[in-house]
Amino acid sequence: MMGLIILVGIFQSWNVALSIFNMCLISAVMTMGANVQWGYAGLINFGLMGYAALGGLAAVLISVDPVEEAWRAGGFDILMCLWLIIAMIFIIRFILKHFEKTKIRTYGIAGIIIAGIVIIRITSESGIEAIEAVNPATTGFLGGLGLPIVFSWIVGAFFAAGLAFVVGKVALGLRADYLAIATLLISEIVIAIIKHEDWLARGVKNVIGLDRPVPYEVNLQEAEWFINLVTKFNSGKLELISNIADKQAALNQLVIEGSSVFVKLCYSGLFLIVVIALLIVTQKALYSPWGRMMRAIRDNEEAANAMGKNVVKQHLLIFILGSAIVGIAGAMLVTQDGLFTPGSYRPMRYTFLIWVMVIVGGSGNNFGAILGGFAVWFLWIEAAPISLFLINLSTVGLPETHELKVHLTESVPYFRYLMMGIGLLLIMRYRPKGILPEKIEIK
Amino acid sequence: MAFFEGVKMTGGYGTGPDIINSCSINVNRGEIVSILGPNGAGKSTAMKALLGLINLKSGSIAINGKDISKLSPQDRVREGISFVPQTKNVFAGMSVEENLEMGAYLREGDYQNIIDEIYELFPILKEKRNQLVGELSGGQRQQVALGRALMIKPSVLMLDEPTAGVSPIVMDELFDHIIKVKRTNVAILMVEQNAKQALNISDRGYVLVTGENRYSGTGKELLNDPRVRSSFLGG
Amino acid sequence: MDFLNAIILLLNYIFVPALTYGSQLALGAIFVTIIYGILRFANFATGDMMAFGTMVTILITWYFQSIGISLGVLPTALLAIPFAIFFMIGYMLFVDKFVFRYYRVNKSPPVQLAMVSIGVMFVTQAVVRIIIGPSDRRFFDGEKFIIKAGEFKEMTGLNEGLAIKSSQVLTIFITLILVSILFWFLNKTKTGKSMRAYSDNEDLALLSGIDPKRVVMITWIIAGILATIGGALYGLDKSFKPFTYFNNMLPIFAAAIVGGIGNPFGAFLGGYVIAFSEIFITYAYKKFFMYILPESMEPETLVQLLSTDYKFAVSFSILVIVLLYRPNGIFKGKVL
Repeated sequence: MMGLIILVGIFQSWNVALSIFNMCLISAVMTMGANVQWGYAGLINFGLMGYAALGGLAAVLISVDPVEEAWRAGGFDILMCLWLIIAMIFIIRFILKHFEKTKIRTYGIAGIIIAGIVIIRITSESGIEAIEAVNPATTGFLGGLGLPIVFSWIVGAFFAAGLAFVVGKVALGLRADYLAIATLLISEIVIAIIKHEDWLARGVKNVIGLDRPVPYEVNLQEAEWFINLVTKFNSGKLELISNIADKQAALNQLVIEGSSVFVKLCYSGLFLIVVIALLIVTQKALYSPWGRMMRAIRDNEEAANAMGKNVVKQHLLIFILGSAIVGIAGAMLVTQDGLFTPGSYRPMRYTFLIWVMVIVGGSGNNFGAILGGFAVWFLWIEAAPISLFLINLSTVGLPETHELKVHLTESVPYFRYLMMGIGLLLIMRYRPKGILPEKIEIK
Repeated sequence: MAFFEGVKMTGGYGTGPDIINSCSINVNRGEIVSILGPNGAGKSTAMKALLGLINLKSGSIAINGKDISKLSPQDRVREGISFVPQTKNVFAGMSVEENLEMGAYLREGDYQNIIDEIYELFPILKEKRNQLVGELSGGQRQQVALGRALMIKPSVLMLDEPTAGVSPIVMDELFDHIIKVKRTNVAILMVEQNAKQALNISDRGYVLVTGENRYSGTGKELLNDPRVRSSFLGG
Repeated sequence: MDFLNAIILLLNYIFVPALTYGSQLALGAIFVTIIYGILRFANFATGDMMAFGTMVTILITWYFQSIGISLGVLPTALLAIPFAIFFMIGYMLFVDKFVFRYYRVNKSPPVQLAMVSIGVMFVTQAVVRIIIGPSDRRFFDGEKFIIKAGEFKEMTGLNEGLAIKSSQVLTIFITLILVSILFWFLNKTKTGKSMRAYSDNEDLALLSGIDPKRVVMITWIIAGILATIGGALYGLDKSFKPFTYFNNMLPIFAAAIVGGIGNPFGAFLGGYVIAFSEIFITYAYKKFFMYILPESMEPETLVQLLSTDYKFAVSFSILVIVLLYRPNGIFKGKVL
């Protein structure tokens, strides 16, 4: 796999190779999250998209500077709403605890929720309008905390864990296929909220220019040490050029290229730390008594239940852990891109593609998950050039302007779906346990 | 030569160990034969072998002198062998009449007269013909199950623990119905847990132990056999 | 007069659109529920299969248009649908033969089949986008309106107009006919009953001599008909865009589960439940109240429970509530 990426580096460019590599690392983290849920515990989570988006949201809320004007304009209303929501939850909890389960109670709770929504809408309306009116072209939202963005990786995990707690409480009792549908739909709700609550993170207007945990290219290009570094690396190449002006131009070009490679390398380093740390933790967990118990529950829920294992609680726990890992990946992704675009969260890309990675890599095997993340992402990116090549090959006899050839060439972006689908179907059929199957067999 | 017989059947599930071993069972028309034995004796397996739900390693099965050892379960149904499983033996989401119609799925042409015959046999079903079977009582469901199996006008009817989980009163009623069916010249083969009651209405019985025939004889003989009494009938 | 205006307002903006949208969802939901009931898996390729059927319809419509065949006031697509259905059934049986059958024969768990359907979803989506492209396409021709808002106003002298598009009437009309035929088939014919029996109790159906291959084949045929007609009607009424079709899978699932998955009649009603609640909750009632309330009490805000952005979220919330309290759906009745 690494070899393929290096090949891309040699034949396309190191820049492309590194961005593929970084996305592979992020995909690997997401896949590990899904793998923890599916491979360890057999839980289907088709809501990966929602958790990734929450991680991204965390990145915004942590790193962006607070918009004081917006806080003054509508912060109070928003805080009030927050209190109202908390109060509502406590009232409902109180009712659930202290009243017998009757129809009246159910209707009462429904009534409280509806009344609560109406009150919250009334309270928030003016505040939201005020916030969104504050310099709408650039802010129009409350902003964040102005902390280094790397913190958001942890906060994103907590955001995702929080959502997973609620979803898990609600949906984990459902049959497997219902769970899949329910989580998919809940993640759509999450996206809908992020997209349309502009005061929170500007919604579909996107947040751009997030702070970076690594140097900026522009700064690097002016930094003495970096230019020296580039000169040193390319001294052989530079010496061949005799003309001073040409030499300077070549150096400049190299510095520009080098700076973006360097930035990407920094990201790779950060991401690698996360992947390796997660790999160590998940491997340890897999071989611990806890991991054994999870597999026992997965393979025979009733027996595990009969042996006194609290299946519901363990399922909830693993659902939260897996989702938290996806949340980290979501935050990492936004950190790398430097922008948060809620409109780009689509189930094909953030749920189903990740699932293809899990199935292809090998469910229950952490190395399989990483391999799946790498292999599938690589194919996802390189599908277009590969299919273009194949199209040209198969239509070699046709003239350039032939209708079919033009049509196919225009459709190149969609061949990746075809490859993913066929790949998934082939793996499911001939290697149902994935490329790297689960190693531990339970006798 | 009996009407329906399995001779020296040996086999088990998949590639697992043999569950029945050289087991022979036969039944004639107008006769009730019970298969008895302790848990795990291979009673249900023997029945499944006769029905073709498991593959035999050796032995043969014949109906009316025709060898059917190689036929699929569906084809055996066509030969007139009907089976009532122990559980899930009705279409719970369909009406009584629809259940009967499904029993007649393989019949060409009109089968309304057979449905009428079944209603004569089980009058309660006529009353509830349009009700969903899932809403009927346990005893009524078993009648639907019997009725469905009788719709192909079988020559052999196999019942897997027809009285499992029903109350004693319903059990007696069911046995009455089974005797009624027998009078229509059907060969009835059943596996039963309630050994005493089963032997009371049976013409003959087989006692299986670890997949082999241990005792056999008429119902009365077995009921009075001290060895059978002590080991299987609770003294 | 104001009261009449208010009624017309609701008819125009809630009732007619919801009935249309509900019919479109209902067809999809029955598709989902029949596949779930008989083949026993949640088909995640639903939206894309509908897109495929619609695509074929569009291509045939274009062909007819190019050789000058049309239905006059009716859309040409109606003529194309039967041909598209044949093609679609072929596609369904092809997919079943090469993909789903293997898992069915091996008695794989439903989850695995659902995963396989995701593979089919990817492939179908790719095929649709490669052949017809991802962009928005309209293929409606013929007479667009049955009643135009302006004409209605002139006719009745009311302030509010009632516009009824012919695509809306066609959708409702065709849905009702199709669903009636389907229920007649399932409840009155021997083959239909055998399908219900197979869905109810597979083992007993086999013991009764019902041929599983035949049941599965007919299921795919029905599914092909439903997917093509459901998809084409949606495309005629709104427009055809592959991504929208993929997304429609979600409210369709919601409708099927709300109706009790495996229960076709429930799915039929579930489609309308989802459609009506989506539109009810996101409609701004300001104008309505302006008509029925005295001037002094007129509302200042839009009187909208949730903004239209949350249209999908409404149906999903309903689904989540149903899953929690009545996982078998809100309608009792015969399971397929």
